[in-house]
Amino acid sequence: MPRYFTEDHEWIDVDGDTATVGITEYAQSQLGDIVFVETPETGKQFSKGDEAAVVESVKAASDVYSPVSGTVTEANGELEDNPALVNDDPEGEGWFFKLNLADTGEFEGLMDEAKYKAFVDKL
Amino acid sequence: MESNDDTETLKTLPLDGWHRARGGRMVPFAGYHMPVQYEGVMAEHNWTRESAGLFDVSHMGQLVVSGADVDTAIEALMPGDFKILREGRMRYSLLLADNGGILDDLMAARLPAENPFGSEGFYIVVNGAVKFEDIGHLREHLPDAITINHMEDRALLALQGPKAVDALNRLVTGVAELVFMRGAAFDWQGHALWISRSGYTGEDGFEISLPADAVEAFADAICAEPEVKPIGLGARDSLRLEAGLPLYGHDLDPDTTPIAADLGFALSKRRREEGGFPGAERILTEREDGAIQKRVGLIVDGRQPVREGADVVEADGTMVGRVTSGGFAPTLGKPIAMAYVPWANATPGTVIHLSQRGKIHQAEVVAMPFVPHNYVRAGA
Repeated sequence: MPRYFTEDHEWIDVDGDTATVGITEYAQSQLGDIVFVETPETGKQFSKGDEAAVVESVKAASDVYSPVSGTVTEANGELEDNPALVNDDPEGEGWFFKLNLADTGEFEGLMDEAKYKAFVDKL
Repeated sequence: MESNDDTETLKTLPLDGWHRARGGRMVPFAGYHMPVQYEGVMAEHNWTRESAGLFDVSHMGQLVVSGADVDTAIEALMPGDFKILREGRMRYSLLLADNGGILDDLMAARLPAENPFGSEGFYIVVNGAVKFEDIGHLREHLPDAITINHMEDRALLALQGPKAVDALNRLVTGVAELVFMRGAAFDWQGHALWISRSGYTGEDGFEISLPADAVEAFADAICAEPEVKPIGLGARDSLRLEAGLPLYGHDLDPDTTPIAADLGFALSKRRREEGGFPGAERILTEREDGAIQKRVGLIVDGRQPVREGADVVEADGTMVGRVTSGGFAPTLGKPIAMAYVPWANATPGTVIHLSQRGKIHQAEVVAMPFVPHNYVRAGA
């Protein structure tokens, strides 16, 4: 299952026409203690780059953008009661939402793990 | 607001290298590079509430104001009773504009003969972001016989938390005998210190003025005590918010008055009776009749923080006030805020609505502090 990364520090796991989206380890380390996550409602449609979720740390609010186009099939309900899950396991249990992909060819321009690591190392 | 935050013009604190070596993440604040956090805001916040945290507040302005009849001179600019303030006692006060607006909030202590500043009069600590404006205001309005000494060669640290007294008394014997809002001269390894039992977290603790060239050795020594860790600006903000303490430039500014800001306690009894401070007529009228708005504490429903800049709105969406500070309260586990609301809506228990980024939040007006103060008072 390929994993892609964006310059906005989101990750996307792709499995057929389904994608799971979250924020990266680097993103959570920059945000600090996360106290609230607003995930999108099931059925909502996003174009690539739309504001899809809000993540609030003690310091500030940040938008999470949909890295690809699609329809929300599920949001991570665990984050409502336990937003710190994003700090503890950002690239696993702390996922944000799943999308039914509108276009499985939209991944060009996204980074693979090695490219993303090089990108973060330069920040 | 914090001015002069262009990265190129930022100044460095005496402890700049020390903060960086300890992993402090530096951000612009009040014209300086300052540490916003070390290990994380939440952990630092909780550590301060449970043990002791060291804060570098050397960006603040440390002044000594002295000269003949200095009491009368400063009373012309502030609403506190300074004539009855005894040596070694300190008072929270406000620098007021002629229209009663707040130019700054500050702490002023009457110096005893024995003090490290080599001068009599009052030791005054003002906010870093407006210290040069304050000094200009004082120079313009105080009589020529009054001297203002801005001590740029001194650093200022705050050690806050229930175990602060244990840690500091090991380094500086005798500080445990101070009580809240009193200060005295102390010596540490030949350096002249002024230490007061005061702070900005709601916890017991101390503020320590010391020579800038001694601050690194002192910070090392106090952080070697097992109770003490360095704490950044992020936790300083969440701690003071939980304690209900306003932050100048956010909760207070020249458009707010002592009554609107709910700082009526800063108007000493004799001064209320006699007047004679800037804006006295307006302020005393507001004290009787109320102001247009009042600063209140809010507990926000749900978990999402409502932050500075959000609007207080009526049911039809009309803006009637503003949130001036807001965030997640680690000690309470819920979002809290300070806001200016219409005077009639300022009673605890009142439910109000806030608008932030197109979303409406419900909040309840509550009495402050949000988290009880733990000061060690005289006679307690």
